[in-house]
Amino acid sequence: MNDLSAAFTSAVALITNLDAELLAIIGLSLRVSLSAVALAALIGLPLGAAVALSSFPGRGVVVALLNALMGLPPVVVGLLIYLLLSRAGPLGEFGILFTPAAMVIAQTILVAPIIAALTRQVVFDLHAEYDEQLRSLQIGWWHALATLLWEGRYSLLTALLAGFGRASAEVGAVMIVGGNINHVTRVMTTTIALETSKGNLSLALGLGFVLIALIVAVNAAALALQKFAQRAHG
Amino acid sequence: MAYVQSAVPSRSIFPLDLRNVCYSKAGQSLITDITVTLQARGRTIVMGPNGAGKSLLMRLCHGLIRPSAGQVNWSSEQRHAQAMVFQTPVLLRRSAIKNVEFALRATGARARDRRELAEAALQQAGIAHLAHRQARVLSGGEKQKLALARAWSIRPQILFLDEPTAHLDPSAVYAIEQMIKSIDEQGTKIVMSTHDLSQAQRLADEVLFLHQGKLVEHAAALVFFEQPHTPAAQAFVNGELYWE
Ligand SMILES: Nc1ncnc2c1ncn2[C@@H]1O[C@H](COP(=O)(O)OP(=O)(O)OP(=O)(O)O)[C@@H](O)[C@H]1O
Ligand SMILES: [Mg+2]
Repeated sequence: MNDLSAAFTSAVALITNLDAELLAIIGLSLRVSLSAVALAALIGLPLGAAVALSSFPGRGVVVALLNALMGLPPVVVGLLIYLLLSRAGPLGEFGILFTPAAMVIAQTILVAPIIAALTRQVVFDLHAEYDEQLRSLQIGWWHALATLLWEGRYSLLTALLAGFGRASAEVGAVMIVGGNINHVTRVMTTTIALETSKGNLSLALGLGFVLIALIVAVNAAALALQKFAQRAHG
Repeated sequence: MAYVQSAVPSRSIFPLDLRNVCYSKAGQSLITDITVTLQARGRTIVMGPNGAGKSLLMRLCHGLIRPSAGQVNWSSEQRHAQAMVFQTPVLLRRSAIKNVEFALRATGARARDRRELAEAALQQAGIAHLAHRQARVLSGGEKQKLALARAWSIRPQILFLDEPTAHLDPSAVYAIEQMIKSIDEQGTKIVMSTHDLSQAQRLADEVLFLHQGKLVEHAAALVFFEQPHTPAAQAFVNGELYWE
């Protein structure tokens, strides 16, 4: 019990003193996860909207696949990216295994299906409502796609926040492709796992608090966004 | 300005010819064998009880749905020559004026003309003061006026109006009817559906009366209201229930 309260006290101290190592780890976590969400948005928003607006044979399969990919286990994604990027792998020549770039790629693959699947649902619902009006105005396919993405902007921002939540909380993928190298690829989740196993509870706890605060903030932002949209647009 | 606001649209797309148009869904015939020709002039009012097929007929004419059989032929194909105001207005999540500008942009109106044209359209609909309000929070009547302003802003040759005054208070109904008359005077063909007999009498030059998906009467307004030929139309005009 004493150990625990001591760890707790020093964890709080780490945060209030803005400990340099703690900040560096948080900074890398944010950089990796935000980059991954940005890339995943570039892929997932147009992809999800395109699937929603297209009809082609096998569309149902694509939708089911997107939904299934939302639940990809991070360790499996990590393993696949590891195989691709390892020296013997097809993308080994780039030498980015165990770098933040590899972590961004892994998280992008984890987050893109979430954003694509949620986008597809949002745009599909909007399309049902807007289709005839847009066709009446003779809006072309690309313009319709862009219009519906913009119409769904608040729901889609929520989807991006959900993606960010998943990226920043996952540990399996970044652990495998990042290697958890001190000062290079250590992010909050991998540090928590490592320090806990080493018995260094204060850093683990400190990062745990920050991570929880981050997730709470993300959810609060999503809620506030919905409230705002509700008020502004009915 | 590229667009002259009071410009009377050309009438090159007329006449509109429907030949044996049928529309069925899931084995049910919803529109049955309608043949009719609509000319460029005169306000055409589509009447009929709920479920008669008024909305379907207008969507078939406008090209939003394809007939299962028969043809809908315009004299010439031309982009942005038609517009429609739906029974439930579909407005974008942006300000009222941006909704109008969106339609203008689709027609290729130049950026610097769009604001001016949109303002003029809102002005004519009597909602200039709402230009910067979010479209989705407008009242039902204001939404209808905005949808009408948006459709009219592109100066279509024909404007389909699907019950544009349902659920509106009398002063809003009056305002919209005035606007419809003014649009007609500026050369746009009006095709409008309504249940409202007195409104039809105020606005109609000719009446298409639908019953159970069939065009049972097509007559000049005076003839239709004075001496409807079919029992269904007689009952409708007299405000009676009619069962076949
Ligand atoms: N997509 C559809 N699938 C099946 N039935 C449909 C579809 N669209 C319309 N109908 C049916 O076709 C009939 C005509 O519909 P329509 O909307 O044209 O009626 P309306 O005359 O406009 O009625 P109202 O006055 O209530 O607006 C109705 O019985 C309706 O249920
Ligand atoms: Mg209708």
